[in-house]
Amino acid sequence: MFLRLVSRNTLRHKLRTALTLLGLLVAILAFGLLSTVVDAWYAGAEGASSTRLITRSSISLVFPLPITYRERLRQIDGVSTVTTSNWFGGVYVTPKNFFPQFAVDGETYFSLYPEFILDDAQYKAFMRDRKGAVVGRKLADRYGWQIGDTVPLRGTIYAGNWEFVVRGIYDGREAKTDTNQFIFHWQYLNETVKRLLPRRADTVGIYILGIDAPDRAAEISELVDAQFRNSLAETLTETEKSFQLGFVAMTEAIVVAIRIVSYLVIFIIMAVMANTMAMSARERLPEYATLKALGFQPWRVGGLVFGESVFMAMVGGALGIALTFPVAEVFGQAMGSLFPIFHVSIGTVLLQIACSVFVGLVAGVVPAVRAGNVRIADGLRAVA
Amino acid sequence: MSAAEPRTPVVEIRGLAKSYQRGGQSVAVLSGLDLDIFPGDFLALMGPSGSGKSTLLNLIAGIDKPDSGTLRVNGVDITRLSQSALAEWRAHHVGFIFQFYNLMPVLTALENVELPLLLADLGRRERRERAELTLSMVGLADRSSHYPSELSGGQQQRVAIARAIVTDPTLLVADEPTGDLDRVSAGEILHLMERLNTELGKTIIMVTHDQRAAEAAHSIVQLEKGAIGLGAGDGR
Repeated sequence: MFLRLVSRNTLRHKLRTALTLLGLLVAILAFGLLSTVVDAWYAGAEGASSTRLITRSSISLVFPLPITYRERLRQIDGVSTVTTSNWFGGVYVTPKNFFPQFAVDGETYFSLYPEFILDDAQYKAFMRDRKGAVVGRKLADRYGWQIGDTVPLRGTIYAGNWEFVVRGIYDGREAKTDTNQFIFHWQYLNETVKRLLPRRADTVGIYILGIDAPDRAAEISELVDAQFRNSLAETLTETEKSFQLGFVAMTEAIVVAIRIVSYLVIFIIMAVMANTMAMSARERLPEYATLKALGFQPWRVGGLVFGESVFMAMVGGALGIALTFPVAEVFGQAMGSLFPIFHVSIGTVLLQIACSVFVGLVAGVVPAVRAGNVRIADGLRAVA
Repeated sequence: MSAAEPRTPVVEIRGLAKSYQRGGQSVAVLSGLDLDIFPGDFLALMGPSGSGKSTLLNLIAGIDKPDSGTLRVNGVDITRLSQSALAEWRAHHVGFIFQFYNLMPVLTALENVELPLLLADLGRRERRERAELTLSMVGLADRSSHYPSELSGGQQQRVAIARAIVTDPTLLVADEPTGDLDRVSAGEILHLMERLNTELGKTIIMVTHDQRAAEAAHSIVQLEKGAIGLGAGDGR
C-alpha cells in the first residue's frame, strides 16, 4: 500500500512529473555522454600495452630519430622487438576528414600489435605492395573503402600527393582497440623523402620496443636512454601508457572542464528536483498531517516523500542510462576519428546510477523532514 | 453530564491548560478545564470561535500537548507520552472524522479505509476484508473502487467515518463533520454517527457549530473563553 501511495503520488501531477523526468533523463544522459567523452580522451592510454615502450627524441616529439638506432636498440637487454612509426599528417580530400596515418615498418609492426586482427592473406598482399595500406575497420566503414581501393592523401608534413592502395582491413581484438588508423610502409615514405628532401630521409618519428618483462620497463627505459646519452639525438623512453597520457596532459584543462560541467549538470537537476519535491510536499502537508493524526510515525510520512523522490530519480536515471547507449553511438559516429574509441563504459553506467540515487536522496531529504515533522494541527488547518 | 453515574470515565480531564504564542504574546486558550467523558457518550463541543473547542478536541485526540493538567484516556495520562508513543496510541485508540474528510486522493475508497490498518498487526487479506466490511457498514460497498474525487461530499465523509472506525478505536473525534455538507448529506452523516453510538457503543466527541448536529448528541459542552460555560447540558 505504501509503495502504491508513493507511485500514485508520483503520477499525481502528470505534466510536472513528466517534465521532471525529462530533466533527469537529459541530465543523466548528458552526464553519461560527457563521462564517455572523458573516457574517450583516455582511450589511447587505456588501450596501451604494458609490453610496449616508446622511444622518442628527448627534445620533442617533432624531432625525428635516425633509423640507425634500430640495430642498437635491438641489442639492448630486455628488448625483444623493435619497430618504427612516423606520423604522416596527410589530408584526405578535405582537412575535415581527419584520421591518424602512420608510416610503419610493416615487417615488425603488426607483431607488436596483436590487438590488430589482420587476415593473413591481406597482410601478405600489404607486404607485397610498396604503396599498400592497412586501414582499421571503423575507418574503412566511414569512407566506404574496400580492398583494392586507391586512397589519395595530400601531404602536409611530407609535401606532395600520395597514393595508397588498401590491401588490408584490420579489426580490433577488444572494444577499446582503435580501428581508426591508416597504416602504410615507412619504406615508401622514406624512398620518396630521400628523393625530394634527402636531409629528412632515414629518420623515424618513434621507436616502439617490445619487451618481455613489463616489470623491467623502467630499467629497460633507463638502459635505452643511457645508450644514446650525449649523442646528437638523445632519447626519452617511457611506457606506451605514459606516452599516451602525455598527449592527454596537453589537454588536461579541457578534460577538467568537461568533468566540472558533467557534475554541474547533476547539481542543476538536483536543485530542480529538490524544488519539485518541495512543491509537492508543501501541497500535500494536509495529507501528511492526516497520516500523522491517524498514527503514522514521522519517519513513515517522511518516507513517502523520500520514496517518491528516489523513485522519480531512479526512473529518470534509468531512462537516461538506456538512452545513453544509442545516443553515444550516434555521437561517436558524428565525432568521427576525433574519438576513435567511444564506448559507454560500465564505470560510466555505475556513475550514472550513483548520480541518480544521489539526486533522489538529496532532493528528497529536506521535503521529507518537513513532511515528517509537520505539526498535525497546523497541517490540518491548511486544508481549510 | 454523566458525572453522577457510578461509571469510570473513558476520558478524565483535570486542570487542563493550553496557550499559544501569537505576535510574541501568550494567549490562553484553555485554562484549568475539568471534564469527564464516559464510555458510550456522544458529546458535542460547542462555543464561539476561539473558545477553545478545537484545541480541546486536539488535546483529547492526542495531536497536541497541553501546557499543564492531566488528560487520561482509559486510565493512561496521554500528556506524559512521547510523540512517538502518542502516534502509536492514536493509531489504536482514536478515530478521526474531519470537516473536509481528509481522504488520500490517490487511494480508492477501500484503500482509504484500509490505510489505518497498515499500523495494525494484520495480514493483507485480513486488512482487505475488514476494510470491505467497514465500508459496507457505511453503505458504500458498491463504491469501494471509486476515488474520492468520484464521490459526493456525503459519500466521502462516510468513507472517512469508515476509516475512523475500521480500527475499532476507543474514541471517535469529529471536527465539524457536517460543516462542508448540504442539509440532506449532513442528516445522513449525523444519523450514521448516531447509529455508531447507539448500536456499536462508540464514544463520540464532536466539535460543531451546527445546532442540528448538536441535537444528535447526548450531551453538549459549551466552551466560553477556554472554560466550560453555563450552557452545558443534554443535547436531547
